[in-house]
Amino acid sequence: MNAPANTKPRVEMQAIGKSFPGVRALSNVDFTLHPGEVHALLGENGAGKSTLIKILTGALKRDAGEIRLDGKAVNFNSTGEAQAHGISTVYQEVNLIPAMSVTKNLTLGPSRGALGVISWGKARKRAREKLARLKLNIDTEQPVGSFSVAVQQLVAIAHALDDDTSVLVLDEPTASLDAQETATLFAIIRDLKARGMAIVFITHFLDQVYEISDRISVLRNGNLVGTHMVSNISRQDLISEMIGRELGEIEARLAHKDQAGQGKQKLVARNLGRKRTLKPFDLTLHAGEVVGLAGLLGSGRTEMTKLVFGAIRSDSGEIHVDGADMSGTTPRRSLASGIAFCPEDRKAEGLVGDLSIRENIMLSMQAKRGWLRQLPRREQEKIAGEMIRALGIATPDAEKPVRQLSGGNQQKVVLARALASNPGVLLLDEPTRGIDVGAHAEIITLIRRLCDDGMALLVASSELDEIVAASDRVAVLRDREKVGEIDGADINRDNIIRMIAGDDSGQH
Amino acid sequence: MSKKYLPLAATIAVFLALFLVGGSMYRNFLSTLVLGNILADNAFIIIAAIGATFVILSGGIDLSIGSMIGLVGVCMAVLDRMGWHPLATAAVMICFGILYGALQGFIIDYCDIQPFIVTLAGLFLLRGLCFMVTLESVPIRHDFVDLYASAKIPLPGRGVLRSSALVMLAALALAIFIAHFTRFGNNVYAIGGDKESARLMGVNVRRTTIGIYAIGGFYSALAGVVYALYTSSGYPLAGSTLELSAIAAVVLGGTLLTGGVGMVAGTLFGGMILGLISTLIIFHGSLNSAWIMISSGVLLFAFIVLHRFLVSSFDLRGTS
Amino acid sequence: MPGRLKALAQSRAVWPLLALVLILIIAGSVSPNFFEIRIVEGRLFGNLIDILYRAVPTALVALGMAVVIGTRGIDLSVGSIIAIVGAVIVWRIKMGDPHITILFTALAAGILCGMWNGFLVSALKIQPIIATLILMVAGRGIGMLINQLYGGTDPSFESALLQWMSTGSIWLIPTRLVLAAAIFLVLWLLIRRTALGLFIESVGGNAAASNLAGVRAGLIIFVAYVLSGLLSAWAGVIMTADTHTSDPVSVALYIELDAILAVVIGGGSLAGGRIYLGMTVIGALVIQALTTATLISGLPPEYNLIIKALVVLSVLFLQSANARKALGGLVSRRSA
Repeated sequence: MNAPANTKPRVEMQAIGKSFPGVRALSNVDFTLHPGEVHALLGENGAGKSTLIKILTGALKRDAGEIRLDGKAVNFNSTGEAQAHGISTVYQEVNLIPAMSVTKNLTLGPSRGALGVISWGKARKRAREKLARLKLNIDTEQPVGSFSVAVQQLVAIAHALDDDTSVLVLDEPTASLDAQETATLFAIIRDLKARGMAIVFITHFLDQVYEISDRISVLRNGNLVGTHMVSNISRQDLISEMIGRELGEIEARLAHKDQAGQGKQKLVARNLGRKRTLKPFDLTLHAGEVVGLAGLLGSGRTEMTKLVFGAIRSDSGEIHVDGADMSGTTPRRSLASGIAFCPEDRKAEGLVGDLSIRENIMLSMQAKRGWLRQLPRREQEKIAGEMIRALGIATPDAEKPVRQLSGGNQQKVVLARALASNPGVLLLDEPTRGIDVGAHAEIITLIRRLCDDGMALLVASSELDEIVAASDRVAVLRDREKVGEIDGADINRDNIIRMIAGDDSGQH
Repeated sequence: MSKKYLPLAATIAVFLALFLVGGSMYRNFLSTLVLGNILADNAFIIIAAIGATFVILSGGIDLSIGSMIGLVGVCMAVLDRMGWHPLATAAVMICFGILYGALQGFIIDYCDIQPFIVTLAGLFLLRGLCFMVTLESVPIRHDFVDLYASAKIPLPGRGVLRSSALVMLAALALAIFIAHFTRFGNNVYAIGGDKESARLMGVNVRRTTIGIYAIGGFYSALAGVVYALYTSSGYPLAGSTLELSAIAAVVLGGTLLTGGVGMVAGTLFGGMILGLISTLIIFHGSLNSAWIMISSGVLLFAFIVLHRFLVSSFDLRGTS
Repeated sequence: MPGRLKALAQSRAVWPLLALVLILIIAGSVSPNFFEIRIVEGRLFGNLIDILYRAVPTALVALGMAVVIGTRGIDLSVGSIIAIVGAVIVWRIKMGDPHITILFTALAAGILCGMWNGFLVSALKIQPIIATLILMVAGRGIGMLINQLYGGTDPSFESALLQWMSTGSIWLIPTRLVLAAAIFLVLWLLIRRTALGLFIESVGGNAAASNLAGVRAGLIIFVAYVLSGLLSAWAGVIMTADTHTSDPVSVALYIELDAILAVVIGGGSLAGGRIYLGMTVIGALVIQALTTATLISGLPPEYNLIIKALVVLSVLFLQSANARKALGGLVSRRSA
């Protein structure tokens, strides 16, 4: 194991073990943090990253091993205790109270004297000071929910940073940020580094790992695979440590695509749009073709898929599916005419957590049949079983509540529901979000296979590499407007980025 | 800053409008006499509703309010019969209210049972205790009662602020202080806004929840004291279905039942609106409780629809 | 064997059934002949029959409540709906309608109330607890108004049909039990043998996801409140015919609380999702058994409220994971 020279570690975790019923989440994991370093923590979902962090920050109790803070053994029974020792966390979903002002949010925290009287003048001053350290200048009396996600993230970081914070854990901080906002965040991280803070950086964006971190630790299946100085490991090696095989292989396999063979038009949208959501656009989906949807966060990718599906009502334009006029469509009508949709946010819009896997998979089909004609139980089980096998959903049985599955498997259930109704058109919004690298490749392979079988697909994604690997055509969005398309052989990262950036480079 | 005061503004507007409507329909309506009477007659409901406001702001609910009022009343009457001074019994009962409330809060958080159910059990439990103490109305005869009834501060015009109203205003001032000027109050709003986020931000949810329901218990018990002194008796059925009126007062006062949004001061006006409605109907002479119920329902409906459209025009995530 | 015992202990059905059995056993030990059933005047009598008999109105309301709670909602107006239904019955009787028509008019009144609630919740998107609060507050007033306008001086009546349904019997069994069983059967078929149950549980679990999956969440929620209104109307018919008078002020006071309790004892969660129809009925029986047992044991009726509160808290306590952990692993981890 390599470590920065001459500095004593601030945090030492040794031989950490943790089990849940039926699952060994962590075994014999070591993790150290030195002041002034950014230590990236990588691993697939289910590898144990969040468990390790929760143990560090006091949200979970470990079964085995030791934690030492500045050399002294510690035992945290609550997040409050960890915070009192200087360990703060900023989570992926910004955990602030949206209706409360920024000042009030920054005043919340482990109570030193719960009934303490607040002087709002002092609170406002302190809030502004905290934000100033992060170079943020906003009206702190506005409800924090009225600001952009990037600003909220910075407020969350400001909240996490106390005078005595010495360890900062950032859990997927850039997941909802665009390139500019990420750059601002990284500048702040470097600043904190320089002031001696130890930072844990959890992410799945490999580029960012190389850009900002000093050391990298990789977890796989609850074990520590290795800890490296960032300069000592190549991207390829890192990926193979994470998934145990070369992603490049898979990418190469998918690299060839037939230019010819554009099937018949399945879906034609003309001038489809909605005020303040998306400027009117044209889009055509052909059978046996994958159209990728690329653009920065906030450019309107999700909105485009939802407009096509009818989940957002359009106020201009028309849609024709298989020739029939479907304008003013709703999700129900779309499903009835063979269009299926997998939403981006599977927890809020995709799955019903308490229902079983089988019920989730069958839901759309049943909705299509109506309430009276119940699908016979045997047939439900048959179809669910087929889907589970076809997509490789890891579960002993189909009756488990779907919320007990891991993220990747949950995503597959969403997909299964869409595929169960045998759609002619499939709309996917971020199909690989939040799932491990290994499953990414599986899903992309699946997309290509469906396409080869004659389905028309629209795939919106923030992962450019996946769009390049999967698409026959790419539609590019910028600022809620479709700005162009890229075809066949011209599809590559640079071309897409260039089109997103547009002619005037000073845009973002 | 302006948007969040809209529900409160609406409440005050409706209150003034109702007052003016009454003034246009009846002579002598637009007077501090009427105002003072409304405050005194409804003081106990408003006090109870103030406690309910804290609970509702945190996203919870307290159904045991009415039963606490009944229990406090009968206990005061019985202890009065045994020679205790009403202020002493008041102190004891208020302590009981705080402890019982804290117990409810603890059960709600520790056992993770919904507030509706726990306080529902409280409603039954306290009412049962009430009946065990006495099945009939018991008068409170101590001299203090007369002192209490006669104490008053004159208002401009012919109106007066009686003791009940004064206690209520003091209780309101305390509540406003706690809600808006203490860390605890901040935590209450946070838990109501997004409990999990509050927890992750380091708010001690258990301690705050216990505190919230303890305050609820405090105000319920105080309301019971005021009611008992006001009616100079302990009546085992006192406060029956009062939790309904308290919740209505809170909603009319601009607090969202989902929690996180609202103001204690609004509850004052919400309660006064309820009082105004009964007064209007009494003035009308028909004393028809049917119309009181129906018009309360209609007003509640109007307010709820108003809130609904105000909230949907806010930029507030997370309160759906 | 231990595995099966553990699985049994973890099933939601255990606690309400256990509670019921426990209460009956305690009652039986306190009062001799508790379980005796006699036939008097061509009809079954006995404490057990009595419990079933008296639990019918609450059970009917609780079934409607279970459906509404399944959609992540709540219906506080059920008592007021019963009050309105009672007033409507008296009104139509005074108007001279044939009694069978009056039955349907009463049910229609309940459906109308349910539609009002459903409209507020599903079309205006008002939060259920507030939306149904409106009818709860205004409903008894509406009942009183109907009485004043149409009930004449004396809001009581005679109706052979309605009274037979409520207090009569068919071949030894009280008619209302047969009626309740039939209603339960129809509801069960509706919820479990059509996709309605799935849709309700789906909408309650995640309305947004259900919409995107093609389920008409708004319609399902509307239907749930209509069902609750209809079932409350049935309870209203039975309760009104029982006393053969309309008393909007005090009829069915607190029935909504008992109904919600029955649903929760039966394993339902106020956060929506799974519906347990059978267990809800058991929950209603638990509440009624408590009342009867208290009476039989000679305790003053005031004790009934306290005992009800304590039993409810105990059942919920035991259903709570934290509490069970604190009891030191008597029942180990459950998969919720």
